[in-house]
Amino acid sequence: MVKKVRSIVISGNGTNCEMEMAHACRLAGADEVDIVHISDLIYGVKRLDDYHFLNLPGGFLDGDDLGAAQAGANRFRYATVRGSGERLLEQLLRFINDGKLVFGVCNGFQLMVKLGLLPGFEGRYTEREVTLTYNDSGRFEDRWTYLRVNSHSPCVLTKGVDHFYLPVRHGEGKFITRDASVLERLHAEGLVVLQYTQAGGDEPTMEYPWNPNGSTDAVAGICDPTGRLFGLMPHPEAYLHYTNHPRWTREKLPEEGQGLILFKNAVNFIRKHL
Amino acid sequence: MVYRVEVMLKKSLRDAFGEKIRKRINEDIHLPVRSVRTIKVFTIDAEIASTLVEESAGQLFCDSISQEYSIDRPLADDFDWLIEVGFRPGVTDNEGKTARESLELAIGRKLNRGEGVYTSTQYALTGNLSLKDVERIATDLLANTLIQSFRVKDRSEWDKTPGMPPLVPRVITDTRPTVEEIDLAVSDERLLAISRERVLALNLAEMKVIRDYITSPEALAHRRSLGLSEKITDVELECLAQTWSEHCKHKIFNGRIHYTDETGDTRIINSLFDTYIKDSTRLIREAKGENDFCLSVFRDNAGVIKFNDEWSLAFKVETHNSPSALDPYGGALTGIVGVNRDPFGTGKGAKLIFNTDVFCFAPPDYDKPLPPRLLHPKRIFEGVREGVEHGGNKSGIPTVNGCLVFDERYLGKPLVFCGTGGIMPAVVCGGPSHIKKAEPEDFIVMTGGRIGKDGIHGATFSSEELHEGSPATAVQIGDPITQKKMTDFLLVARDLCLYRSITDNGAGGLSSSVGEMAQDCGGFELQLEKAPLKYAGLNPWEIFLSEAQERMTLAVPPDNKDAFLALAEKMGVEATVLGRFNDNGKFLVTYEEKTAACLDMEFVHNGLPQMEMVAVWTPPKHHEPDIPKVEDLTSTLETMLGRLNICSKEYVVRQYDHEVQGGGVIKPLSGRNGDGPSDAAVIRPVLSSFEGMVVANGICPRYSDIDTYHMMACAIDEAIRNAIASGGNLRHLAGLDNFCWCDPIQSEKTPDGRYKLAQLVRANQALYDYTTAYGVPCISGKDSMKNDYIVENTKISIPPTVLFSVLGKIDDVRRVQTMDAKAPGDLVYVVGLTKPELGASEYFARHGYIGNNVPVVDAAAAKAGYERLTVAICKGLVASCHDCSDGGLGVALAETAFAGGLGMKIDLAAVPGEDIERDDFLLFSESQSRFVVTVHPDKEEAFSAALQGTTLARIGQVTEEPILICIGLKGDVVLSASIARLKEAWQRPLRW
Repeated sequence: MVKKVRSIVISGNGTNCEMEMAHACRLAGADEVDIVHISDLIYGVKRLDDYHFLNLPGGFLDGDDLGAAQAGANRFRYATVRGSGERLLEQLLRFINDGKLVFGVCNGFQLMVKLGLLPGFEGRYTEREVTLTYNDSGRFEDRWTYLRVNSHSPCVLTKGVDHFYLPVRHGEGKFITRDASVLERLHAEGLVVLQYTQAGGDEPTMEYPWNPNGSTDAVAGICDPTGRLFGLMPHPEAYLHYTNHPRWTREKLPEEGQGLILFKNAVNFIRKHL
Repeated sequence: MVYRVEVMLKKSLRDAFGEKIRKRINEDIHLPVRSVRTIKVFTIDAEIASTLVEESAGQLFCDSISQEYSIDRPLADDFDWLIEVGFRPGVTDNEGKTARESLELAIGRKLNRGEGVYTSTQYALTGNLSLKDVERIATDLLANTLIQSFRVKDRSEWDKTPGMPPLVPRVITDTRPTVEEIDLAVSDERLLAISRERVLALNLAEMKVIRDYITSPEALAHRRSLGLSEKITDVELECLAQTWSEHCKHKIFNGRIHYTDETGDTRIINSLFDTYIKDSTRLIREAKGENDFCLSVFRDNAGVIKFNDEWSLAFKVETHNSPSALDPYGGALTGIVGVNRDPFGTGKGAKLIFNTDVFCFAPPDYDKPLPPRLLHPKRIFEGVREGVEHGGNKSGIPTVNGCLVFDERYLGKPLVFCGTGGIMPAVVCGGPSHIKKAEPEDFIVMTGGRIGKDGIHGATFSSEELHEGSPATAVQIGDPITQKKMTDFLLVARDLCLYRSITDNGAGGLSSSVGEMAQDCGGFELQLEKAPLKYAGLNPWEIFLSEAQERMTLAVPPDNKDAFLALAEKMGVEATVLGRFNDNGKFLVTYEEKTAACLDMEFVHNGLPQMEMVAVWTPPKHHEPDIPKVEDLTSTLETMLGRLNICSKEYVVRQYDHEVQGGGVIKPLSGRNGDGPSDAAVIRPVLSSFEGMVVANGICPRYSDIDTYHMMACAIDEAIRNAIASGGNLRHLAGLDNFCWCDPIQSEKTPDGRYKLAQLVRANQALYDYTTAYGVPCISGKDSMKNDYIVENTKISIPPTVLFSVLGKIDDVRRVQTMDAKAPGDLVYVVGLTKPELGASEYFARHGYIGNNVPVVDAAAAKAGYERLTVAICKGLVASCHDCSDGGLGVALAETAFAGGLGMKIDLAAVPGEDIERDDFLLFSESQSRFVVTVHPDKEEAFSAALQGTTLARIGQVTEEPILICIGLKGDVVLSASIARLKEAWQRPLRW
């Protein structure tokens, strides 16, 4: 069991949810939470090895100019650490192989799939198998969505939860796979963690706006086969307190926002297993 | 070598962007296009081996799952027409810049000067179209020819020679940068011609003052010692023109006005700004005594108030009207990222926490012929919406609220108000964060973007009406990511105490930012050749004046210079030392070791002669309408709900990220289905605390048609009342005034200038009267005085418009309330008195009238009511609270009901009224300071007690049955409609 749970939130080049993601980590009980600018990793001032929980926040890496997180993935792939010359990607792969957790939200999820971290079949973490492309509406949209959790998924972060209500805020969230076999495999291995549903429903929906982007099979989030790498389009860090809920003045809600459980699960997993 | 890399979505995938374009071609241009597919083109102009391009292009620019790509081979097939749209040389190309950076990573080197990556977009159209149709699609929708060029090919031509030849929009210039000298010892006509030809916007008196200064013996002796002559340099003249522009100096607000009122009394007003705006704030602050929360007012880029002992808030609203008229997307994008730099450049720098935007457009369904040079209002709407979307969303700043105002007179110039708030620790590096000061010896450092010809003459241009010769260089495109990287860096630098002062480069560029900052210490010396340029060939005056975006200027103490520059490099931000501050009283600029400008600081900042103006107020008399009475007001209410100024703005709201940063408490949309119109925004800027802040706006330009005094009063009341409805507190509320006027200077082209100036005086008088009555001090503001369009014989002037915005502190966000009805059985109240005040109302406008009885605000009564309502909301006695504004009580009742998914039964006879004998007048009067409140029956008594002394009545009940029923003054049902029907009427107009 680790003494201290150390959480890192990477910022810079267009991220914008790092503050609330770090706040979520703190509320979840992480002992140390650092927002680390990517340049600190590249300059070797900070190392991923010193942390257990890697958070990739939402935003617009390089403005999403070449497609969501595409330029961000290019940057990450070519980045080397000053002095040691180590590739940043090597550091990241070591982090994963050490059994640690990686969590990507929105643009962070887009970065994970574009780097190939997800779905990471058989530990192949640098091959792109799925992607997130332009919403069917052709628009960026901010709206709250209903989600169901796949209870058979190995995902560490969603343990014990069957539904979520969280906001999406994206223009490129339509989940598609390389081909039908990839999709089949994702389902077969339980890697489809979250799917959009209608209000209070339990069935995945293709109907707009419940499915806000036209994602294949209403997929909103996936994990890798170890369940330790997880990415999703909706924003759990945007729902940490009941006053974040769009209907909090009409409904009796628990003090704690539903998004927090994901971070708590991560911290508990680390305490128990690392 | 030039390579063309084309990328497109796989055929099996829906091209949502293409479909959106098709829809707009069909709906807005009415042409029978069947389908549109889009292809992104990257034109690489660099000495790179083709093998390297082949190896890397796919991985860099293409998503192998969703897209396919080609190199030097066209992808387009199966189309009738192909249009390719690219940027003109020198126009900001953000995607091109990112593509370049990715390419540099792959090839392991930076591109050399002259090399570049440029993007363009292909639209492959099917449909039976003529060349003329296609060109119309290109010019009316796809390309803004001021900044973009397009090429067209039809199918048969394509079959003969497939593909588009590469086109590289490289800036080619053979200008040898020089400092030009201009002889001002010329005739008056010639002086005016110089001003006109160089777009200086200086009048004869100002030109003469400059001439006399330059040729005075003292100045001349000094000039000669520095190698200058009796002629003024272009750097000096351009710099004075921008510093003295209306945009920067607010000549009208600071001028001397001879004002004659309707009784014939004449008085002299020495500066509207000092007399009404500054002085009201001074009075209010004095009255607040130790509860004064203002920290910095009117002197910095934004106003600063106290949030609590640990944090301070900065707030600023700007307009970006003229650029948005020429290029709505670029203009609005620049507007939002530009105003971001105001709070960011206030004090030692504030982290940006919210945006609030208000747009005034002509109706998007405008169907009359467009005067020359104007874009269709829907195109302006969409361009502005998208510009602000990209600017706000990509900067990670939530757009917490805003509104849209429609009036045909915004055809000539749309108004684009962009506001931004920021938060900073109360203390930074041991001193108050809102205080900054450059010291002699400090280095002048510029950070962020590079300088190009973009935005040259922005300040002088916006000080003029839009005319045929309006310069295209005034248009620029913002780059939110470059700015985000810079702000990330500067916040770190701030907390490491690496700089002493910071300000943004907006209007006037370096000449303004350095010139203003140097006022703290008394002088500076700047070397223009050190400034980093986007491309070669800029003249020194252009470098100095350019308004290229994403730049801040800092004063960095000598000891910190190296650390500052090293941190910038580490965080990927360009930072350049351009010179030093000093205290020798001179404004000194050199270029390649030769003097380019030498002026006295005193002359630059205080040499401008005060303007003298005449204002005469003659109250207008409008026809008093005679509107036939109707028995059933149901369809009237539906029509009212569907009016552009009333209907749902969800289409826009959803496309703006309104919850990033995680502190949203009251979002722009409220209610059972998340589609009701919130009155104000409430956010928690510090996530570990339940203290919050409220932001609200008031704007009512229609009332200017009767009296700008009451327009201003109503705008102030509306902003405050929106804040109160959401849980705000009058005790801790600060205001911002943002005036947009039509030219108020009497002249041949403005024969009614005296009246328009009187309108301005009256608005200022109201600002003084009502801010002091409410105790809400203005902390900052802005004016834009030339919102006219004059081409040939057409003149379009905007209605005098003021956006009044408020920012306030909320002690506990868990005690605020939203506008949606909550539960069946709740009692419905109306707070405030309804009078027959339908002058310039939406109801009269619907019938084509203006009328005369403009709403008059009774501030004393309103204030007492607001204070009590704040207490009632805070005590949890209120289930919902919604303000009555455009469309009055009828609209507020309908919105409250359908937002809650519930019905209401209302007795109009119970509404507290004065001299109202008609149901339609009762429903649609726009009397101010009123609210619709719902209350749980258990809290009825406590609520009535809390509101004791306020005009208040119980007018009905919330019902389970989803129908809004109103019993009229005579006891009959005058209105009965399902809330679904009402909501549909309200949502339909802008559900694009």
